Amino acid sequence: MSSSIALHDKTLSELAQGLSVGEYTSRELTEAFLARIERLDGELNSYITVCREEALRDADAADARRAAGKAAPLTGVPMAIKDIFCTEGVRTSCGSKMLDNFISPYDATVIEKLRAEGVVMLGKTNLDEFAMGSSNENSYYGAVKNPWDLTAVPGGSSGGSAAAVAAGLAPAALGTDTGGSIRQPAAFCGITGLKPTYGRVSRYGMIAYASSLDQGGPMARSAEDCARLMNVIAGADPRDSTSVVRSVPNYIEGLNYNLKGLKIGLPKEYFGEGLSAEVESSVRAAIKVFEDAGASVQEISLPHTHLAIPTYYVIAPAEASSNLSRYDGVRFGHRCADPKDLEDLYKRTREEGFGDEVKRRILIGTHTLSEGFFDAYYIKAQKVRRLIRQDFLDAFDQVDVLMGPAAPTPAFDLGAHKDPLSMYLQDLYTIAINLAGIPGISVPAGLAGRRPVGLQILGPHFGEQTLLGVAHQFQQLTDWHRQRPEFGQEHA
Amino acid sequence: MQWEVVIGLEVHAQLATQSKIFSGSSTTYGAEPNTQASAVDLGLPGTLPVLNEQAVAMAVRFGLAVNAAVAGHSVFERKNYFYPDLPKGYQTSQMSQPIVGPGVLEILLEDGTRKSIRIHHAHLEEDAGKSLHEDFQGMTGIDLNRAGTPLLEIVSEPDLRSAKEAVAYVKAIHAIVTYLGISDGNMAEGSLRCDVNISMRPKGQEAYGTRAEIKNVNSFRFIERAIHFEVERQIDLIEDGGRVVQETRLYDPEADETRSMRSKEEANDYRYFPCPDLLPVEVDEAYIEHLRGTLPEMPAEKRARFESELGLSAYDASVLSGTREMADFFEEVKGVCGDAKQAANWVQGELSGRLNKENLDISVSPVSAAQLGGLVKRIVDETINGKAAKQVFAALWDGEGTSADEVIESRGLKQVTDSGAIEAVVDQVIADNPAQVTQYQEAEVDKRGKMIGFFVGQVMKASRGTANPQQVNKVLKDKLDSLS
Repeated sequence: MSSSIALHDKTLSELAQGLSVGEYTSRELTEAFLARIERLDGELNSYITVCREEALRDADAADARRAAGKAAPLTGVPMAIKDIFCTEGVRTSCGSKMLDNFISPYDATVIEKLRAEGVVMLGKTNLDEFAMGSSNENSYYGAVKNPWDLTAVPGGSSGGSAAAVAAGLAPAALGTDTGGSIRQPAAFCGITGLKPTYGRVSRYGMIAYASSLDQGGPMARSAEDCARLMNVIAGADPRDSTSVVRSVPNYIEGLNYNLKGLKIGLPKEYFGEGLSAEVESSVRAAIKVFEDAGASVQEISLPHTHLAIPTYYVIAPAEASSNLSRYDGVRFGHRCADPKDLEDLYKRTREEGFGDEVKRRILIGTHTLSEGFFDAYYIKAQKVRRLIRQDFLDAFDQVDVLMGPAAPTPAFDLGAHKDPLSMYLQDLYTIAINLAGIPGISVPAGLAGRRPVGLQILGPHFGEQTLLGVAHQFQQLTDWHRQRPEFGQEHA
Repeated sequence: MQWEVVIGLEVHAQLATQSKIFSGSSTTYGAEPNTQASAVDLGLPGTLPVLNEQAVAMAVRFGLAVNAAVAGHSVFERKNYFYPDLPKGYQTSQMSQPIVGPGVLEILLEDGTRKSIRIHHAHLEEDAGKSLHEDFQGMTGIDLNRAGTPLLEIVSEPDLRSAKEAVAYVKAIHAIVTYLGISDGNMAEGSLRCDVNISMRPKGQEAYGTRAEIKNVNSFRFIERAIHFEVERQIDLIEDGGRVVQETRLYDPEADETRSMRSKEEANDYRYFPCPDLLPVEVDEAYIEHLRGTLPEMPAEKRARFESELGLSAYDASVLSGTREMADFFEEVKGVCGDAKQAANWVQGELSGRLNKENLDISVSPVSAAQLGGLVKRIVDETINGKAAKQVFAALWDGEGTSADEVIESRGLKQVTDSGAIEAVVDQVIADNPAQVTQYQEAEVDKRGKMIGFFVGQVMKASRGTANPQQVNKVLKDKLDSLS
């Protein structure tokens, strides 16, 4: 790779290569990113916690490991972690006042795996509180700005991760996706983000929002980078009963995918009302790239698409209302001052500790699970969920992958969606994927003015290798993923 | 008005697994507060449960022991409510699809009658921690060592009609879980505790009255007393024109009364829903059959065998089969001594008496079954008499000897049956007590029987208890009568 590219603009794969040939040390690399974070993140607000000391210590350890000839493929590469993954000895806030003082005593399974690989953690990135949001405006630590356009949101809930990678404040990051929280911010920030199949990546130590939908995954500058990270983080975990015992392929080997004969389905429901013209034209142009490379395209119907948002907003809040019950001020996290009795402790702790959107979803979930409403909401939603899943299974009987927009518009302006319902509708193209449990990837596919557009590619359960291969081939034919925002470049 | 009490019981048996139901923490009782609480037990953010398969096997074995339908597919659900010692804000339990379906349990009442009590279902769940209200000056301490301990909740149908039946039922459950080895059944430590649902109805009426639930009663005696109190309370209430409210009550053993904890109006809506962190529990036929093969002889079978094969009375058979420890102990004693009736007498008599006096469980008896068997064996083969046997027992209890034979030998307690030796002692006693001999001779014949006791005592004393009492009696009588 050309060394004329600034360090912060390189891909994870390039940095790993540079480390392996001794072009720079992990310490140099880590210091470069830390310096950049210090210079630029005041404006972006993509990090909640920067782990300077830990990162330099781990970088030195990585350099020593490399010197001892024991380096793994990603040893010494720095990256950012969404602040929803528990990290031992480091604050894990989940973007909430409730956990502002929470220092996790343990590492999430994926963090353990990254540490074992020798990856250096630069810091914990900003997110919508408890991953509830599509704009990163619901964070106790303030909104994150989109490096492509500082008046736009970075998307959410993994907005900090997406913005940091896009701005060159980290070469890659870990995100989580419950209804689009990796793919939509990846699209808004012009990076590549993969939501793996539910059960492919351990959820242990990933703070739960909606347990049956949550899935961690990589956010990076290319499909190849995502594949390298998947090689480290994927796999069954005895501590997560919902992780799936199934062999993990070498995702790098799958990158050499032959597009010729690839059968692409275009869900007609993803090209209907609400889709902005600029997004549609970028997405259609991207699909043309595949056609030119020998893929075939056909229209597909996912007839229950219109039910995805209402179904999601029954199931996710129901699970969240229960998952968030543990934040009661008794054992960890925020506790109100001078509670006069137990009820006062509960009420004020939760009143003070949670933000509005979290409270809204707890209320919705508590209501839908309550006696007399449970069957009408929760049970019904589970039935519809099965129908939505079946839509995808049927589609993958006919085609290899589905393609469409990751979001109906490019990144919207900060403050654009004050009404929660209009915000919820932004997730129209991503939410059904979590309900079905299938994998999805968003890759940069164009620019609408200064704001990136993402192409979403969906595959059948455990089809990550195909998705990464297809995305990688697209990135061999296009350079959208090589585009960088102007933000921060003058400092390079 | 004649009233009938209707009782249903929910028995919580703590399962004897090494680790907790959803974490690897130890379940040992009595450790320092919060030393057996892991990140999972504390409900730390991000933690997830992993089901302990041992708990599942135990629940299935219980189901098989009460002839219940074991569910091939059961589901863990979350029961949501806030309480300081409930770390996650929900208890992981089973409600709509429990692992053990309907079954039946036969209970034996004191008068010897038998009654079948239907079991509605049994389900697995996790225990909560403990709130400690003392020692914290107006604050409450939380100990989460118990949080996540596996419980099997066994729910009966409302088939019980008296406090005695309720106690007999809990004893039967206790016997089953201890026989299976799935719970230590220790009520004082809370390993077995129950919620008692009680309602009253006029005798002959079919419809049930409104019930009150007495929570967490943890001894057989308290169960009986709580029911007695509650029955009277409800009858008085109804007869005074009031009505029973559906509520949760607490039994206070100090005051011997039940008190209201909360009424249905303030009761929680638990918002049960399937736990998304746990997969449904799938148990296949082969596994069930495998577990069926591991079932020991159950209390009812043992009781029947003790009666029919060993010729024990119904009462003896039921007491000796009452707990697995008792039954195992008895069978070992019987095996060593070869005489079921003598073994039964000694286990229930001398041994149980002493254990009760010292407030000890048979599992920690200072006299082992092998030792007691060795002792009874020497009674059966007439090596020692009953009196010497009590000395040997006392010596073994006090640890003064490792076996009955050793004590018999060292103390020279071997019974003397040599008639020549006995005659010599008798002659000596007669010679040493001329005044008593004269009294005896002058007494009416029908009063002599009592008077002979003095001479027997002297002979036994002179022989240090080793003479065969029947022989002594006969020789004395012959000699004294022939003197007159």
